[in-house]
Amino acid sequence: MRYLWAFLVGGGLCVIGQLLIDLTKLTPARVLVLYVVSGVALSAVGLYGPLVELAGAGATVPLTGFGHLLAQGVKRAVEEQGLLGALTGGGAACAAGVTASLLTGLAASLLTKSRDQN
Amino acid sequence: MKPDKEQYARLLKQVCPRSPLLRDFLWAFFVGGGICLLGEGVRAAWLAAGHTLSDAGALTSATLIAASGALTGLGWYQKLATRAGAGTLVPITGFANAVVSPAIEFRCEGLVTGVGARMFSIAGPVLVYGLLASAVWGVIWWLIRPWML
Amino acid sequence: MTRVGDTVRFACPPGVEAWAAVGGKKEADGPLAAGFDLLFTDNRLGEETWEQAESTLQRHCAELLLQKADVTLPQIDLALGGDLQSQCTATAYTFRGLDVPFAGVYGACSTMAETLALAGCLTAGGAARRVLAMTSSHFCAAERQFRTPLNYGGKRTPTAQWTATGAGACLVSGRARPGQVRLTAAAFGRVRDPSVKDGTNMGGAMAPAAAETLYRFFLDNRCAPADYDGVYTGDLGIVGSELLARLLEGEGVDLADRHRDCGLLLYDRETQQTGAGGSGAGCAASVLAAHILPALQTGKMRRVLLVCTGALMSTTTLLQGESIPCVAHLVELTAPVD
Repeated sequence: MRYLWAFLVGGGLCVIGQLLIDLTKLTPARVLVLYVVSGVALSAVGLYGPLVELAGAGATVPLTGFGHLLAQGVKRAVEEQGLLGALTGGGAACAAGVTASLLTGLAASLLTKSRDQN
Repeated sequence: MKPDKEQYARLLKQVCPRSPLLRDFLWAFFVGGGICLLGEGVRAAWLAAGHTLSDAGALTSATLIAASGALTGLGWYQKLATRAGAGTLVPITGFANAVVSPAIEFRCEGLVTGVGARMFSIAGPVLVYGLLASAVWGVIWWLIRPWML
Repeated sequence: MTRVGDTVRFACPPGVEAWAAVGGKKEADGPLAAGFDLLFTDNRLGEETWEQAESTLQRHCAELLLQKADVTLPQIDLALGGDLQSQCTATAYTFRGLDVPFAGVYGACSTMAETLALAGCLTAGGAARRVLAMTSSHFCAAERQFRTPLNYGGKRTPTAQWTATGAGACLVSGRARPGQVRLTAAAFGRVRDPSVKDGTNMGGAMAPAAAETLYRFFLDNRCAPADYDGVYTGDLGIVGSELLARLLEGEGVDLADRHRDCGLLLYDRETQQTGAGGSGAGCAASVLAAHILPALQTGKMRRVLLVCTGALMSTTTLLQGESIPCVAHLVELTAPVD
């Protein structure tokens, strides 16, 4: 059941993005910013947590999940460190993803070359 | 001849082909859903390997990022993306593609001034506004928390 | 040389002595492949960067041109050329290795008609005996400069065009000899800006500039599309072509079956997935040299107009919210007299 929900929720979040691109003047870059900020907001008001409970990776893998991760990290950090947590929580929460991307990028740039699309 | 700008804008709207909504919808849904399904499988595998829930989440992200990086290097991710659209854009694999592709592209402009400087030229805004939103939420939580307990 | 309105008409027309077209992979799979002088299956052309690859494309094109014309470098008085790379570098780097006086020309995708028109004026006026006019574009160099990295996954909008990987060159000399295609008239366009801000809809932005140049040309010269075997536009694509027809129709000019677009001739839009059609300075240049000039030479066509359109924005101005100013330059080419 978890797998089915992961597929449906994940697919649904992508479809919303596609419709925003096709039907509005929003560019892909703006859609991504909108997604991550929405993720933070939905998590803050307590709506995103239950979605993760239901759909697992279907909710965490889309970029809204990245926002949720940041919001959760900040919440925890504020509880531990007070106001300072507002500055440290987000960075700590996304460190794994960002550093993994960065290392992958560095490795790929050394190992491969840009490819023609023709 | 000077076509009225408003008239021309209307003409433009008539003539320009629209995105094929149903096809875009299906591609985005099935590819995006498929990537999330894959993510769920990876997460289950990390959990089964004995990791905690939050560690398994981070490891899943890292796994998907590495996979996306490899496919980007091979030139396959962009091939899928020309059809899948938001299906490959919205998942974390799209974020990885946005970091890895400029790193590869600007390698010829140096490791520091090319790879280093350009790596986050596309994905940067997500980090900037994601972190901004999280900091704002942190301050709000700090303010309202005493009343929430 | 006489001037009527915006048109420069050459009383003793300069001749197009020779031409050459060089293309890349997609161009090799396209319907005009047989007309090209040289086609590459690897768009890197053995170079380290895409920018170098474009310069190499031009070098091959220039060398082939000289060979076909049986002319050596010292016999060329001036080279006019341009491309899409910032600061026109592809061309400048090409002429690092070709020892002739060189003037860079930037007109985006309109550059081929622009250099030809200039070459016509300069040779007819006696400022140069023989002028080389050449332009190019390279899909990969353009993509990484104007859009996104090549490995970045993005979906193209339905109006987006495909930058051609190709170069085209012509050798223009003072007075057409019998048997040479003649450059009989030229017109430089006026900048038109229909307030299009979408950088992926070049055809939509450029159509009014093409319509303006054509309308004025027909008016100044008291002629009509029916007087020509072909009215070729450089890279309006499917969207821009439709717009051009409608704009001219509104002014009482019927393009009818005379209009053809270089961007739609170079590729098979459906099977080759080139979106709204080909584009880029190399598109019109290679279609001119691979398709139009050979047809004039063999007498398949008697008289044609080539109108190349250029979008004159930069990535900076687009990001700053500016709309896209466009221009269209025109040349009239006529089959040889015996």
